[in-house]
Amino acid sequence: MSFITRFISKIGKSTLDISEHLGRATFMIKDVFYWAFKSRLEVDEIYKQTVRIGVDSVGVASLVSLFTGMVLALQTGYTSQNLFNEPLYVGTAVGFSLVKELAPVLTAIVVCGRAGSSVTAEIGTMAVTEQIDALYTLGTNPSSYLLIPRYFAFLIALPVLTVIANIIGIFGGFAVGVVRLGISSTVFIDDIIDFMEVKNFMHGFIKTFLFAFTIATVSCYKGLYTEGGAEGVGKSTTESVVLSMILILVIDYFASSFLVLIGIT
Amino acid sequence: MIEIKKLTKIYDNKKVLNNINVDIKTGEIFTVMGPSGTGKSTFIKSIIRLIKPESGEIIIDGRDILKAKKQFEIQSIRRDFGYLFQDSALFDSLNVWENVAFGLKYLTDIKPDKYFDVAREKLELVGLKDIEYKKINELSGGMKKRVALARAIAHNPKYILYDEPTTGLDPISSEKIMNLISEMSEKLGVTSVVVTHDVKLAFTISTRIGMLFGGKFLDVNTPEGIKNSSIKEVKEFVETSFIEVNRGH
Repeated sequence: MSFITRFISKIGKSTLDISEHLGRATFMIKDVFYWAFKSRLEVDEIYKQTVRIGVDSVGVASLVSLFTGMVLALQTGYTSQNLFNEPLYVGTAVGFSLVKELAPVLTAIVVCGRAGSSVTAEIGTMAVTEQIDALYTLGTNPSSYLLIPRYFAFLIALPVLTVIANIIGIFGGFAVGVVRLGISSTVFIDDIIDFMEVKNFMHGFIKTFLFAFTIATVSCYKGLYTEGGAEGVGKSTTESVVLSMILILVIDYFASSFLVLIGIT
Repeated sequence: MIEIKKLTKIYDNKKVLNNINVDIKTGEIFTVMGPSGTGKSTFIKSIIRLIKPESGEIIIDGRDILKAKKQFEIQSIRRDFGYLFQDSALFDSLNVWENVAFGLKYLTDIKPDKYFDVAREKLELVGLKDIEYKKINELSGGMKKRVALARAIAHNPKYILYDEPTTGLDPISSEKIMNLISEMSEKLGVTSVVVTHDVKLAFTISTRIGMLFGGKFLDVNTPEGIKNSSIKEVKEFVETSFIEVNRGH
């Protein structure tokens, strides 16, 4: 087989693989919507998963946001001090950066690393030990019992975590601004309040739902189609985290562009 | 009664089940035997459509599960079945009684406050007591199989499917499971389909044995009939298996 034939056949195979994954994922999402309306909601499971995905992530998401806010204040403060001989608009820079971009994206990445990986590993283990088949024989199905509660949990937890991350991050920036840079607390708060509007907050907040849907889809899909025992579970988990992170960043760009276009800046 | 007609399943251009025809009569223990990779698991999973065959009919009490279009129709047929998985397939996140009672919510009209009592009753039926609150990882392989059996019979199914019920068990646990399969059949009057390569199990408990080779039943007969089969492959398989059993494998 010549180099060109091999190259074309490789591209063809990759295209087929990607199409297969997209097709399966679409069917999975279709099933989730179908069963969300057709079956009883597993309220206990939704609660359990929301605690696991959301409440248990509060600590790490807050810590990440706290230090992000702190370093943002520090960098902005020193840069403006060098340029203008005083730390200007630190509150504005910290507030806008966090609320519109950093808090939603970083919280999504934290949740995908912490909870998305665990969802893939759990569902993947169930898949390779026939527990998914067992669900069918016991009168339910993976969409109703496993996927829908996790979709709900991600969609509830991520926006709430992002709001918490916004508050903690701004507090971190505030602490560094006031203590380290000597900015008056009133000035710091005014810098945020004077410039920030509800639509700025909504810009970041709307994106969290897209991120939540993405993490839920990728982590559930990768888990559900795990094959090959313990090794397969490890592989699926890694792929799930990597793919979710990439998609979060790609979706962030396109969603931001779209939101700006429709005036939610 | 389960009527299987012209059942064919293809994997990677290979016919794993090749035009299978067999009737499983009400109340009998029908065992499927054969070498590894001959489609035994595919056969048993096809019965309740965990695997969808390419063609054929599987008629369960007059309803063809392969023709069912909607998920609700399939679920309503599956309601009549209990399934014992090869590796038990118990849910690690739940304790023993929660596992046993899991299907009651979806398969029965029993009130939730009765779930625990039903679970305890079924656990007693398989010879397990005072383990209701144990975690699954605290159980031995034999106990897991029995808990899985209690879960399979919790909703009082008409049919129980056993996928390699004694695989991976020590001889004493195997004996217990073997006795339980017979007891379930006698006490509950269920129809059982057992997939196994354990000759001792097959020849002790079965009403009839189907010998599956290369995706086809070469012989379907009583245990005595299979022992005296004139079909070359069946004869060889049975003789070799008995030699291995006598050697203590």
